Amino acid sequence: MASQPKEITEFVTQKYEAGFYTDIEQDSVSPGLNMDVIEFISKKKGEPQWMLDWRLKAYTRWTNMIEPKWAHVKYPPINLQAISYYSAPKSQEDAPKSLDEVDPELLKTYEKLGIPLEEQKMLAGVAVDMVFDSVSVMTTFKEKLAEAGVIFCSFSEAVKNHPELVQRYLGSVVPVSDNYFAALNSAVFTDGSFVYIPKNIRCPMELSTYFRINAMNTGQFERTLIIADSGSHVSYLEGCTAPMRDENQLHAAVVELVALDNAEIKYSTVQNWYPGDENGVGGIYNFVTKRADCRGVNSKVSWTQVETGSAITWKYPSCVLKGNNSVGEFYSVALARSYQQADTGTKMVHLGENTRSTIISKGISADQGQNAYRGLVRIAKGAKNARNYTQCDSLLIGDRSGAHTFPYVEVKNKTAQVEHEASTSKISDDQLFYLRQRGISDEDAINMIVNGFCREVFKELPMEFAVEAQKLLSISLEGSIG
Amino acid sequence: MLKINNLQVSIADKRILNGLNLTVKAGEVHAIMGPNGSGKSTLSHVVAGREGYDITAGGITFNGKNLLELAPEERAGEGVFLAFQYPVEIPGVNNVYMLKAALNGLRKYRGQPELDAVDFLKLVKAKTKSVGIDDGLLNRPINTGFSGGEKKRNEVFQMSVLEPRLAILDETDSGLDIDALKAVGDGVNQLRNSDRSFVIVTHYQRLLDYIVPDFVHVLAGGRIVRSGDNSLALELEKRGYDWLKDETSTT
Repeated sequence: MASQPKEITEFVTQKYEAGFYTDIEQDSVSPGLNMDVIEFISKKKGEPQWMLDWRLKAYTRWTNMIEPKWAHVKYPPINLQAISYYSAPKSQEDAPKSLDEVDPELLKTYEKLGIPLEEQKMLAGVAVDMVFDSVSVMTTFKEKLAEAGVIFCSFSEAVKNHPELVQRYLGSVVPVSDNYFAALNSAVFTDGSFVYIPKNIRCPMELSTYFRINAMNTGQFERTLIIADSGSHVSYLEGCTAPMRDENQLHAAVVELVALDNAEIKYSTVQNWYPGDENGVGGIYNFVTKRADCRGVNSKVSWTQVETGSAITWKYPSCVLKGNNSVGEFYSVALARSYQQADTGTKMVHLGENTRSTIISKGISADQGQNAYRGLVRIAKGAKNARNYTQCDSLLIGDRSGAHTFPYVEVKNKTAQVEHEASTSKISDDQLFYLRQRGISDEDAINMIVNGFCREVFKELPMEFAVEAQKLLSISLEGSIG
Repeated sequence: MLKINNLQVSIADKRILNGLNLTVKAGEVHAIMGPNGSGKSTLSHVVAGREGYDITAGGITFNGKNLLELAPEERAGEGVFLAFQYPVEIPGVNNVYMLKAALNGLRKYRGQPELDAVDFLKLVKAKTKSVGIDDGLLNRPINTGFSGGEKKRNEVFQMSVLEPRLAILDETDSGLDIDALKAVGDGVNQLRNSDRSFVIVTHYQRLLDYIVPDFVHVLAGGRIVRSGDNSLALELEKRGYDWLKDETSTT
């Protein structure tokens, strides 16, 4: 099994040089959420007053909101007052001392993904005193970005060093009161990523949070803001194929993308959070708000996601197509097996003229997995000649899994063209027998059929990500056929 | 090589094969003919290991191994190939990619080293030429959007790459025009050698104009009711199957 490209391996095994986070004392705040807690977080992070005010405004809005119940998922009520909203990076004392103390199942998965040993330790949260030989790769990487004028840093750093950009764009795509979980995130987010691509710059490399080791500790309420200035281009990779150790059950991230005139953002996600055990116990609740604002003319945003993890996924990466001729794309593979539940899809809101959107959604359900596609295509009154193409395919494995499709279409301009195609299929005995007769084992045959089903989405992923995604899907599906 | 002994097979309590005996030696070509519903396709599927059939009595051995104990992919590893009557479409899965996985699966089963991409493509190129299959089909998703003739040619192409020891052609001639029929016949004839055996299952005699069998068997009522050489096929073409049915019911 091929491991990932050497470059990435090198990056992630580099010690992260000072930078992404400032010194914080090792402490945390007791569970519960109130204004004092928010002030505490803001103070701990050394934030300016405007940032605190923004958080408090979000908190006030949030207290007047109720948790949404419309998604096709079931889970026991979450007690948000039982969560600690600020905890310093985990003490190394609680961490496993060596890989021997790590869940062997997790290690097996790392092995199958071909993850190098040092990196396995990092992902599993092993307390290691890593000695790295050189920082040259990371330095080259930072130099290259700086040369191009690209800002890629932690959110906290951006608040300090680029307050004018943060103030101008933060919350301009996902307003604080947008929804319950987004408001919560706005009040208590701890960190995340910030990217700014200057005018007419093509970002010289694919940006990945994977490079940022400490991003793992900011997972629970992550905040990402990416701004592509006029004529710029960036490809951003989020997540990691390897399952990561994480004690936080609730994840409520917010991602905001802004594309100005002629700018293009490609945002790729591979999500593989802990899905819970085979009885459906544990697992991450992933309630994410992701939205892109195609603000400028001819701007383009493309979301590609491969979602195989989490007990519950509630996620609708969306595009608001404001600029004339702007383009929004959504390519998704979502897998739900065992007791996983996924309610995911997209919103394409056409406001500008000649705006175009494409939605390709592939849902795979195995065992008792429940997969729902929920998509909204809205063509506003002024959106002359808007086009949308939606293709929504479901693949069922076994006879206890479920696929659900909830497409919403609102058209207010009669020049619009909206197409929707949907299909539901099962892996047929005929297909399996055909491949097995040729000499392919049943597990490989299933992988082959599933990967074939997802091909249209995988081809949108950056090369190495696509290879990993395929591998991940195979591993996630292991044993799903009796 | 292949020995089928008193094979009795049912689907959902309905008896399909009723004490079938057949022996195929290395290098022989056997044609199995018979009217619709006589159990021809069931025979092909049971030898290849398709699930869903109840084997109530009898056995199948292949080079001394009990085939009935093996999974379909293991039977393929032993050298059994089935050219399907209805090759199934598998969207998104590249034809040649599948074939490489298949060939290497077989090689692994046999303890041979896997072929790398370069050697594999060389092999594919050579076979493409000899079977006369359109290059364009190779990199398309398996059978997806293929015409009936293209699907059958693709089966023969796969057979030529996988080089089985026993090839079963399940009504490969159905739905083919004369040109395609001839192409399939040529493909099979090229593969004929003293080690490789063929079982050609067909309803009509016309394929046997191109692939001349060593033996012809008539399957009726789940058993082989008559065996002979190629002249039997010609007789069937003239007289149909009814006279045999009458004959079996009286005996």
